[in-house]
Amino acid sequence: MSGTETLDAATISARPPLMRLDQVGKTFGRDVVALRGMALDVRQGDFISLLGPSGCGKSTALRLIAGLIHPSAGRIRWDGPQELGVVFQEPTLMPWATVEDNVWLPMRLKHRSKASVKADIAEALELVGLTGFEGAYPRELSGGMKMRVSIARAMVTKPSLILMDEPFAALDEITRFKLNNDLLAMKEKIGCTVIFVTHSVFESVFLSDRIVIMAARPGRVIEELTVAEPYPRTEVFRTSAEYAAHCRSASEALKRAMGEPV
Amino acid sequence: MSIADERLAEAPMDPEEAARQRRQRRDRIGRWLVPLVVGALAIWGWDRIVVVNEIPHYILPRPGLVAKTLWIDWATLASSLIITLKVACAALLAAIIGGVGIAVLFTQSRWLEMALYPYAVILQVTPVISIAPLILIYMDTVPAIILCAWIVAFFPILSNTTLGLNSTDHNLRDLFTIYGATRWQRLRFLQLPSALPYFLGGLRIAGGLSLIGAVVAEFAAGTGGMGAGLAFRILEAGYRLNIPRMFAALFLIAGAGVAIYALTSFISHLLLRKWHESAIKREV
Ligand SMILES: Nc1ncnc2c1ncn2[C@@H]1O[C@H](COP(=O)(O)OP(=O)(O)O)[C@@H](O)[C@H]1O
Ligand SMILES: [Mg+2]
Repeated sequence: MSGTETLDAATISARPPLMRLDQVGKTFGRDVVALRGMALDVRQGDFISLLGPSGCGKSTALRLIAGLIHPSAGRIRWDGPQELGVVFQEPTLMPWATVEDNVWLPMRLKHRSKASVKADIAEALELVGLTGFEGAYPRELSGGMKMRVSIARAMVTKPSLILMDEPFAALDEITRFKLNNDLLAMKEKIGCTVIFVTHSVFESVFLSDRIVIMAARPGRVIEELTVAEPYPRTEVFRTSAEYAAHCRSASEALKRAMGEPV
Repeated sequence: MSIADERLAEAPMDPEEAARQRRQRRDRIGRWLVPLVVGALAIWGWDRIVVVNEIPHYILPRPGLVAKTLWIDWATLASSLIITLKVACAALLAAIIGGVGIAVLFTQSRWLEMALYPYAVILQVTPVISIAPLILIYMDTVPAIILCAWIVAFFPILSNTTLGLNSTDHNLRDLFTIYGATRWQRLRFLQLPSALPYFLGGLRIAGGLSLIGAVVAEFAAGTGGMGAGLAFRILEAGYRLNIPRMFAALFLIAGAGVAIYALTSFISHLLLRKWHESAIKREV
């Protein structure tokens, strides 16, 4: 998927499979249907956004994919390598550890010494633009920088799939735009697949090539849109007519999902 | 320095800021000075009361006489102080090992926690002075006193550490699960560091309690025991109506308590200053 090529729906659907959700459902307690009959083919290199109102099961879907909870119905199948990176809405750093040690965590848990992964940590920090902050403690960093550390930690193992649950929702708009741009560049560089939860139409259109629209009560998938615009996407894309058109059709789909007149 | 900087340095300070800085300076000095003045006034008042009412020194000695006694009896009192401190420290050390150890066991097995926690509470709410005579029957004086001090000191460490071990961030917990962390890794890299501030809070309380427990148990042991700690000195001086020495010993106990508190606070500050909110100096 190099920059100058055009991106069309056929190219997207021809990517090799990574994992799939097969009519996956999850019920909490006796009758809280958080998710019903969700089907999703995730292909290698996809940038998928899950877009929907709160309570439509977006986080539940991510937790199912991460293996933190198990489906009450249907199943989840992996076709490609199952290596995960996760970014939550809060940076979720260990306050007692330096930036470097926070990024080291996934490898430390795999019994890798810091010396042996020094280069990987440095590379991940460079990717998120935090070279020079190795020894800083989280409380010394701004909200945006903490989120960058969190992303570096998710990317340091070069996972096949990165799950992001509304990672930028708590940040101001200027920081969010900057992180959106940088996130695309980072994804391009390590060539992973991303599933990105958001309730911002604009964010989902700017970032992803597939948008999955979801509705609540019960949580379910309503439809899927394709944003067949080539990467890299920059500020130019943000002001283009194509961007505006995609935003319109995404918000109309969202309105349909929420049962409002379009 | 650029021209702009120089101009800034010369400009008069914002009056609100200047007032704030003055207030801060005053507060810094006042924090030490005010209690010292209050203490000096209290001692002076005490001295006046004794002199004006002509109270005999075997009822209420003048502060000067207490200081003199402290000086003259220093050898005896200091060796007693050391005995009491040793017992308190041994009990505190045992409380740290026992409290943290049991808390870790509790987080590893919910059944163990359910089975034993109520009894830890019962041990804590039963006044140690009522258990001490029994323990003194079954054990030698010194280990009995240490055990009594331990009973008092270990609970705050146990309850605080248990709370801390269970207060880990739920997202971090999920992250550890996703990365396939073992039980040991979870404990070592997540739960113990999360529990550190809670543990240190418990330690500060336990430090003072271990001294209280030691003194109470020494009183229970009485003059018949072999111990010669500060409580023993107070009892002994009481029988001989040596009131100045009672006061001198009392001051030493209070001083030891303050020293233990200062030491545990300092350790806590050292361990947390890099990352914990409580150790961050706020402006304003
Ligand atoms: N652990 C749980 N126990 C009970 N109900 C839950 C649990 N997790 C989520 N739910 C419910 O499932 C629904 C979907 O939740 P969630 O996946 O968090 O939605 P979203 O992330 O889209 O806002 C909500 O109604 C929520 O209250
Ligand atoms: Mg959510």
